[in-house]
Amino acid sequence: MARFPFSAIVGQDEMKLALLIAAVDPSIGGVMVFGDRGTGKSTAARALAGLLPPIMAADGCVYGCSADDQARYPGVCGTGKMVKRAVPFVDMPLGATEDRVIGSLDLERALRSGEKAFEPGLLAKAHRGFLYIDEINLLEDHLVDLLLDVAASGENVVEREGLSVRHPAKFVLIGSGNPEEGELRPQLLDRFGLSVEVRSPKDIEVRIAIMRLVAENERDPQSFASRWAGEDEKILKRVAKGKARLPKLEAGDDVLRDAAELCLAVGADGLRGELTLMRAARALAALDGAKSVTRKHLVTIAPLALRHRLRRDVLDETGSTVRITRAIAELFG
Amino acid sequence: MMPGSAADPLADAVLAARLFVLAPQVFRGMTLRGSSPARDALVAALGAAIALRRMPGHVDDERLLGGIDLAASLSSGRPVRQTGLIEEARGGALLAGMAERMDSSIAGRLAQALDDGQAALVLLDDATEAEEVPPVSLTERLAFACDLAASREWRGVTLEPAAGTLTQVAPLDDDALRALAATAEALGVDSVRALIFAGAAARGLAALAGRDAATKSDLAGAVRLVLAPRATRLPPPEEDAPPEDQPPPPPPDSERDDQTDNEQQQPEPNLSELLVEAAKAAIPADLLAQLAQGKAPRRASSSGTGQKRKAATRGKPLGARPGMPRGGAKLALIDSLRAAVPWQAVRKREAGADANSAIIMRKEDLRIRRFEERSPRVTIFAVDASGSAAAARLAEAKGAVELMLGQAYVTRSEVALVAFRGTSADLILPPTRSLTRARRTLAELPGGGGTPLAMGLNVAREVAEAVIARGRSAALVILTDGRANIAADGAPGRPQAAADAEAAAKAIHARGIDALVVDISARPGPEGAELARALGGRFLALPRADARMIQAAINAVQPIGKAA
Repeated sequence: MARFPFSAIVGQDEMKLALLIAAVDPSIGGVMVFGDRGTGKSTAARALAGLLPPIMAADGCVYGCSADDQARYPGVCGTGKMVKRAVPFVDMPLGATEDRVIGSLDLERALRSGEKAFEPGLLAKAHRGFLYIDEINLLEDHLVDLLLDVAASGENVVEREGLSVRHPAKFVLIGSGNPEEGELRPQLLDRFGLSVEVRSPKDIEVRIAIMRLVAENERDPQSFASRWAGEDEKILKRVAKGKARLPKLEAGDDVLRDAAELCLAVGADGLRGELTLMRAARALAALDGAKSVTRKHLVTIAPLALRHRLRRDVLDETGSTVRITRAIAELFG
Repeated sequence: MMPGSAADPLADAVLAARLFVLAPQVFRGMTLRGSSPARDALVAALGAAIALRRMPGHVDDERLLGGIDLAASLSSGRPVRQTGLIEEARGGALLAGMAERMDSSIAGRLAQALDDGQAALVLLDDATEAEEVPPVSLTERLAFACDLAASREWRGVTLEPAAGTLTQVAPLDDDALRALAATAEALGVDSVRALIFAGAAARGLAALAGRDAATKSDLAGAVRLVLAPRATRLPPPEEDAPPEDQPPPPPPDSERDDQTDNEQQQPEPNLSELLVEAAKAAIPADLLAQLAQGKAPRRASSSGTGQKRKAATRGKPLGARPGMPRGGAKLALIDSLRAAVPWQAVRKREAGADANSAIIMRKEDLRIRRFEERSPRVTIFAVDASGSAAAARLAEAKGAVELMLGQAYVTRSEVALVAFRGTSADLILPPTRSLTRARRTLAELPGGGGTPLAMGLNVAREVAEAVIARGRSAALVILTDGRANIAADGAPGRPQAAADAEAAAKAIHARGIDALVVDISARPGPEGAELARALGGRFLALPRADARMIQAAINAVQPIGKAA
């Protein structure tokens, strides 16, 4: 099925922003999406993967290694020449077993020829792309641990069944889930870089617009895609420029102080919050084409970077987002 | 549904089925609830119209998605691929019986296939208990849900072919889109997916009748078929007519034209009002009752089958046993080789291979690993919210439950909450790990009234039994003063109430459910201890205890519920 054009997605601005920031700086560490069913979460994630330009990868390499990877992991993918391939988007099903995720002993070859071969799993497939997990809050804990670990280190290390394999696995982890149906442990939440809250659009006009666009897309996907190609191209250029600009941008001392003060004021546990906040502000500035990182960037991105890191108070009904906006208003006026 | 009533649910189900057959890739499928002759007839008719492929509940990943057939590969000495059910059913639909028991891993696969447009699905929902529902991830992705449990029809069903095609029908105009969106809003249907299905269904109904644009009655039909079953609230009441006394919905098919005529004779109502009316008449009866009581529609409990764990995949390792490595079970390579080695001489002779050739494996050599895992635990709190207990302790009891919940979501155990007061006992929080939901429910828990201890115990036992039936272990924590004064039938009177409570406690004991009684009265009397004895459980008297002390006490007796 053709992917829905990213620019044709109505509303969901926060989610789109988070995805673009993750595309500019994948080291931010994944996006957690909280929201109800049927709000276009996976549509947006798929659309972004479809939007990004093809990557150059070693021909025939199961991991889709870049030239860099080839140098870092000799023997993993040989020396195939570089060819274009689409940015991978892996949709991980809820019931996926550990074997399928990290890869396992190639049974067939092991039994038939006694050869100890590695059969790559979903992590290998997602290298340099996106790994999308719907209902991540229902996923077994040990799998979530493992995923976040690999996402953070960018490398999948397999030491089991007599195998000893190391292969690159850098991907943007996108998890989604409805907190009403069970929550992620705070330790795991903290390891996501950004979090967004997606709600069903309540505005009738927005809902009508969505119905109209979806109907148009279904009737004639090709002309629909070409109609939005221009807009998609603009976004693509923004991402590409942002990526190029990112290394040149540095957050000044005043912005760092703001970030530290804000984290302290809302009680975000750990240093990870501050680091992510700063990185995300930098990525946002790069995406906006700004010359420097300012307080405005910081304030815009703060709810996304911090709301899932606040200490839970069982008896406090106030939502995290409210607490952050309140703190921002108090600190920066 | 009364016999002879004009609106047999089968009529709408047939309409939905015709739409589904018209464009399976648009509507993705349907959920058919309730085992009845009408449903069998409908499934038979569907089977005649498109290819239905039955999917057994125990299907494994390999069979569903395809892959290497290990047994065939070993015996033939070359890789043999098998196609998966999803691929085999392409162009038709998969038919899943007992969908309410479907494993979450299978549901996950199917949801993906639905999203990719590779599959269409007919779910048969045979659930009788409100707690059991087919995976929501699937029902949400299917356009239609029809409840045929009340259908009195049993004659054969034929699905008339459509007079036109979907592409001939013009796109909906703005008025129509707005009316659908407003109706969805009024019914509390938030999902945009449902809205998109409704738009497609309106055009589909026009296509069935061979029209080239959707009319009002098509829109009303779409609302009835797609939006009404998804309603989460009643439309705001106008005037006085209670929803139960609504006139039957516009009859489908043949009588539609008359219907349109009638509409034209009456003063023209606003389009979205018209649609809301159509929806009201079509909201399934049980859903209506729940909505009228202000309860949320039946939904999967927090993690439903999501937490069902396979002991074949992880946990404490046990020995290996013969079996095929599929469905997540892992091959025990060393044990498999060990099983094959003694036969090598014979097999090589048979195969005519020389002594240096590779080891010859057969299917019967394969061993899979086994693991032992503790089943996840659900702690069921039965909280006495009666006047006698409430005054002293309800706040502490609430606090303790909240603290337990906070802990539960770190240890991944689940918590359920039964409250009893006045003349009733209710499961106010089905087993969940969700703080958000639990907190809300707790905050709304009122106190006061008599102490229907027997009722509370009975409800708690039913919840525990349902939990155990799902392969999890249950433990009861009963917070009460033990002074029962309402009997099991709701009548006041201490002696009968005490006798009933004792009987209920013994029933729990007989089921072997672990229990802990926390006496929350200000001056503990003998009642609490007696209750604990009848339950065969532990007893804790906590005069002047606060929430944290109760939690500490519960933790101290944590071994309860470990076995199962």
